Amino acid sequence: MDNTQILVIAVVVIAVLTIGGGSTLAISLYQANRLIIETVSAPRPDSVQDHGGHVSGLGETTRSDRWWIEPLWTGFGFLCFVAYANWAGFQGEHYWHGSYLSPFYSPVLFVDISRIGAAPLEHAWFGIWPDWIRQIWPPFFPTSPAWLILAVPLSFRLTCYYYRKFYYRSYFLSPPGCAVGAMPSNILAGPTGTKQYKGETALFIFQNMHRYTWYLACAYIVILSWDAFISLWEGGEVFSGRLGVGVGSIVLLINPLLLATYTFGCHSCRHLVGGRKNTFSGNIGVRMRFSLWKRVTWLNQRHMLFAWLSMIWVGFSDFYVRMCSMGIISDINTW
Amino acid sequence: MSEYTFRIWRGDSASGEFVDYQTEVDDGMVVLDVLHRIQAEQAGDMALRWNCKAGKCGSCGMEVNGKPKLACMTRMNTYLEEDVITVQPLKTFPVIKDLVCDVSWNYDQNLKIRPFKPGPADSDGRYRMSQKDVDRVQEFRKCIECYLCQDVCHVLRDHKRTDVFVGPRFMIRAASLDMHPLDVEDRIPDIRDELGSGYCNITRCCTDVCPENISITDNAIIPLKERVADRYYDPIIWLNNKVSGLFQNGSKT
Repeated sequence: MDNTQILVIAVVVIAVLTIGGGSTLAISLYQANRLIIETVSAPRPDSVQDHGGHVSGLGETTRSDRWWIEPLWTGFGFLCFVAYANWAGFQGEHYWHGSYLSPFYSPVLFVDISRIGAAPLEHAWFGIWPDWIRQIWPPFFPTSPAWLILAVPLSFRLTCYYYRKFYYRSYFLSPPGCAVGAMPSNILAGPTGTKQYKGETALFIFQNMHRYTWYLACAYIVILSWDAFISLWEGGEVFSGRLGVGVGSIVLLINPLLLATYTFGCHSCRHLVGGRKNTFSGNIGVRMRFSLWKRVTWLNQRHMLFAWLSMIWVGFSDFYVRMCSMGIISDINTW
Repeated sequence: MSEYTFRIWRGDSASGEFVDYQTEVDDGMVVLDVLHRIQAEQAGDMALRWNCKAGKCGSCGMEVNGKPKLACMTRMNTYLEEDVITVQPLKTFPVIKDLVCDVSWNYDQNLKIRPFKPGPADSDGRYRMSQKDVDRVQEFRKCIECYLCQDVCHVLRDHKRTDVFVGPRFMIRAASLDMHPLDVEDRIPDIRDELGSGYCNITRCCTDVCPENISITDNAIIPLKERVADRYYDPIIWLNNKVSGLFQNGSKT
């Protein structure tokens, strides 16, 4: 059997699998959709119908459209990212290749140079892991530099006004969809208890600190831009190594750009640059502020888009550096 | 011409039930047209509130297939003939009869908002402001008070926290005054304590249902929450205001 025959057979097998698998998936999704719609639309035996024919209770609605798709996919998508980020953070190795540093590990505060694919010692801000940290470090956690810095971007995203929309809907079911019954507020108080909904006035009052996480996120734009700059120098040796470009450099250059579109479109940023003012006319300083506010507003109107693009690209950047470091992908570059 | 099945809530504050109506639907009709046809031909005693038929009076708010909508702006060609179209009154407010609700609670919320209070006029006795200063506020003035946002807000709809939260409609009214370039009233304590800005958890359903496409969440509620954060949750701005206040008399800018 020659190569052409093998290629034809492979194409046929892939086509059959694609069509068959796709059809099966589509039918399964359709059936699941009907089942969910029938399940959530049917009044439950213990549900109470008010005057107006509305039924109260979690997930109760008269909506007949597929309202559950958006919270399902956004919730699932974010979980996938969190799962990957945790896995990548656990590795503690293969986060450096040539001059490329994975954004999950940037900035590298301490480095364990005995790990495969670890950053060179000169790229760690504070050198090797100090003994006192090793002594208090939980034994089941690898000494991964990612754990020291991941909390910052994570806290920015978790207090973000867009992410709040999606995770209150997807995870807290408060509400799962518009005009769909929300999670009862007394669910934590037990069947006989009374616990009233408090929104962001009690436990979630910390969301008001979003602007502080934004300040830190701005610092990350600078740090990741520096990483992108370093990626242009062979071996990461700025000014002393050969200047060039690789696919990884482009990946790492796009990363801070997308993060900047997300970070500078933040609602807190929009407020701080001009939204807190009531007048935009006056001296040149005020007029510049208005101009800046309009640009931030443009980004803000696309905040959801940039939130997802930047998040996916951060994960992809780590994936690319990791694959190169593991030798699975060969980076194309000019060096 | 097609035949559709409408399942309409018929009842009052004491009791009620869904009643099915089969009716002909002509090309170009909206849900309000069909309800009028049912009212004319099959259910002369069916109550529904309407006025302009142009999406500007905000009277015909109801729930069509579970979604808060203006009946006059909901086109029939967005539904399939084989689907049953369910029409209900707004859930958040008490039913008076059939599709008509008592929305008077909203008028009480409006009274909680301090009225417009302009600062001193210019030397010639006139007030001046630039168009770009009032663009933001004019978006909020598009509100037709249909109360679809109030209906869909889960704080009011599901959690019944009408005691602590005034709802999206009155958050945008507060924003329209607080962001006004001539207004000098300090509303921030009220926005947090009386209007309940902290009860909104930004799930944006109010924005999704607004027939005037007002960005309620992004342009009104979140900026107000940020202004509250300025006052109560940001020590840096608090310190800055204190230091600035030592050198000048603080005024709303």
